[in-house]
Amino acid sequence: MSNVNNLSSSRVMNWFKFSSPSTFYPLAGKMIPWFWALTVIFGVAGLWVSFFVAPVDAVQGQGYRIIFIHVPASWMSMFIYLVMAAWAGLGLVFNTRLSAMMAQALAPIGAWMAFLSLWTGAFWGKPMWGAWWVWDARLTSELILLFLYLGFIALQASIDNARRADKAGAILALVGVVNVPIIYFSVKWWNTLHQGASVSLTKAPAMAQTMLWGMLLMALCFWMYSIAVGLMRVRAIILEREAHTDWVKQLNEVKP
Amino acid sequence: MNAFITIVHRDLLLVMRRKSEVLTALFFFVIVTSLFPLGIGADTALLRKIAPGVIWVAALLSTLLGLQRMFAADYADGTLEQLVLSPNSFTALVFGKVVAHWLVCGLPLVLLAPVIGIQFDLDAQSLKVLMAALLLGTPVLSLLGSIGAALTLGVRGGSVLMSLLILPLYIPVLIFGAGAVYASSVGLDITGHFSLLGALFILALAFVPWVSANAVKIAIE
Repeated sequence: MSNVNNLSSSRVMNWFKFSSPSTFYPLAGKMIPWFWALTVIFGVAGLWVSFFVAPVDAVQGQGYRIIFIHVPASWMSMFIYLVMAAWAGLGLVFNTRLSAMMAQALAPIGAWMAFLSLWTGAFWGKPMWGAWWVWDARLTSELILLFLYLGFIALQASIDNARRADKAGAILALVGVVNVPIIYFSVKWWNTLHQGASVSLTKAPAMAQTMLWGMLLMALCFWMYSIAVGLMRVRAIILEREAHTDWVKQLNEVKP
Repeated sequence: MNAFITIVHRDLLLVMRRKSEVLTALFFFVIVTSLFPLGIGADTALLRKIAPGVIWVAALLSTLLGLQRMFAADYADGTLEQLVLSPNSFTALVFGKVVAHWLVCGLPLVLLAPVIGIQFDLDAQSLKVLMAALLLGTPVLSLLGSIGAALTLGVRGGSVLMSLLILPLYIPVLIFGAGAVYASSVGLDITGHFSLLGALFILALAFVPWVSANAVKIAIE
């Protein structure tokens, strides 16, 4: 079926060629080393800037440097959820298998980023606020985002039929994406109602230019890492799901 | 419309034939809320403070207990397939099932809440606000829950999985529902909370039956 799709769509627009697992698999294989190289380049540059160039923070001392991991991880955790929901929605509307595989591949990365963000946040919070955890709106919504990721992963894992798992996961991801802003604002208002803003994260002190550069470089590093790992995961998922097809059996890495 | 009423009537009839399932969920609500004073201590001021949260969390959990029943039996015996194939709008039929669930699992919570509230020494004004907030909030719980019930149809460990999927989505209702009661007990304005609960209700009413209907279709395919 994928081949038929392939032929008809390639006449319209060449890009759709890669929406088939059999054509995307080698393409992803070629792209992965590039994204890993970019990850390393941005990572080394970002770590160098953040450890050796960025000045010591006047208030927080050296401890603030965890921001260079914490903030990119938080950004990625939110952004990946959007991308995941977009892929899932595409898969639901156009019934393309690869989109659903992309969504499935992205979920653990996003969950990992959300966890990393919470973990580094706790490490940062302990010396700065004297608490591992405060019920701040951002922390709480990040925690709920982690729950949403885990729900998506759990739902996909417990449905045996792959097509049904894709569709059910897609509906959950889309419902989640509508709910994320609602949850964020409700937690924010809950927070302002129940306790005074003891910790204000929004009024961050003006950042030195080099600190910002360090953060942006690290964010780029996280982007490239997520793409590289996402492609690797999607290749593994393709192999698993298409194991019965001839083209997979012809692959060098699969041949005994 | 006729089909909608028929579905509501049928589901209610089925519940009446087997009352124990519904009563279990209601007793669960009463028992869980009664456990909190035993665990925390009978300090009246403290109880009054935690009452809104405890009652709302218990309401969330006991709604979950009844959700599995919404589609599961009909899915197992093939009724659900017949409903999808029927000429009536399947969204309306799903909405009928949600309404039946609310009448059985949501409305009794609203009526029971004042009794629980008295256990927690809430004043009359707060009790009224609690009932009103539950009246507006429990339909949202039934609606959102129907998505989870539909997605986990016939899935291994479905009911546990469903709570994992649905509880995070319940958070806004919990916040504004419990917030309204808390605000009323400390003499703050409650209109904001009710506006937001109403907004959640309207949003859920507009979109959720359609989403659930599609989720059921995916499970049946």
